[in-house]
Amino acid sequence: MIQRHDSLIVSILGRGLIPVTQLFGLYVLFSGQQGPGGGFVGGVILATSMLLSLLIFGTDASQSRLAHRALHGDGVGLLLFVFVGGLCMIGGGEVLNYAALEIPGLDVAARRYLGIVLTQIGVALDVAVTGVSIVFSLSASNGDSHA
Amino acid sequence: MTFAFEIPLLVLLILTAASAMLVKDLVSSVFILGSYSFFLALVWAWLGAVDVAFVEAVVGAGLATVLFLLTLFGTNPKDTRLRRPPTPWAAIVGLPLLGLLLMYGANDLPEFGDPASPASTHVSPTYLANSLQDTLTPNVVTSVLMDYRSFDTLIETAVIFTAGVACALLLRRDQG
Repeated sequence: MIQRHDSLIVSILGRGLIPVTQLFGLYVLFSGQQGPGGGFVGGVILATSMLLSLLIFGTDASQSRLAHRALHGDGVGLLLFVFVGGLCMIGGGEVLNYAALEIPGLDVAARRYLGIVLTQIGVALDVAVTGVSIVFSLSASNGDSHA
Repeated sequence: MTFAFEIPLLVLLILTAASAMLVKDLVSSVFILGSYSFFLALVWAWLGAVDVAFVEAVVGAGLATVLFLLTLFGTNPKDTRLRRPPTPWAAIVGLPLLGLLLMYGANDLPEFGDPASPASTHVSPTYLANSLQDTLTPNVVTSVLMDYRSFDTLIETAVIFTAGVACALLLRRDQG
């Protein structure tokens, strides 16, 4: 178990820093098609924001409930990725051929754009949840060695 | 081409890599590794690979440092200091020879940014020419990763998921 940090400076700075980090992670995730960034980096930054709350407020604090909830999402990102691939197959194309996504009113390029956005969200979810999950595993083993 | 940036960066890379190995205290070693990743990210950005630089800065200097530190805090305090055996003679003689061999082999590599090199004549011209019309995505790295080569990315995502599940199975013994 990770204990709450004693210092007032750390917790007040963390309170200000965590939302900014989350916002930056979302920005990086969704600007990945216009500039550097994308699903992997955005997911890692989102994981970092949740790790900040874990390291500052401890594993049991109410501020860390987002990280706790993230643990229940193990594999959701991967499922989203595979789901988009399956939708492409239902639409009559190959797996992950986004041109076959059956969405009326969108031309082929816009469908592929949408496919990239959806799969990037999947990658980001998967990476963020895995980062938090590994830290929970490590802190669980810490509790074993000290108890 | 100016050497004002690359020589100090490469010297800093070698210095941080060597001191991360030579320093006695493992906690300082972790922080020196983080700064090594930061300098490596600067090198990637200088070479024009901004996406790789981003990943290196976020993962190498950020997430990996946290994971290393949490692992160290789980060990006994006396385990975080190292007593190294003296370096064997075979390594002192053999590793510089290996380095010379690698430098000799590097002569045959294509020039940096050579448009006639095999890497930039195979499929990359097609991607560079068609990315914007095909996918409305100006960042070619993203369109290659998520569209043209998305099956590779699917399997990589599965690898990350497997890493998380394996860590949970190995380390979480007391809780569900």
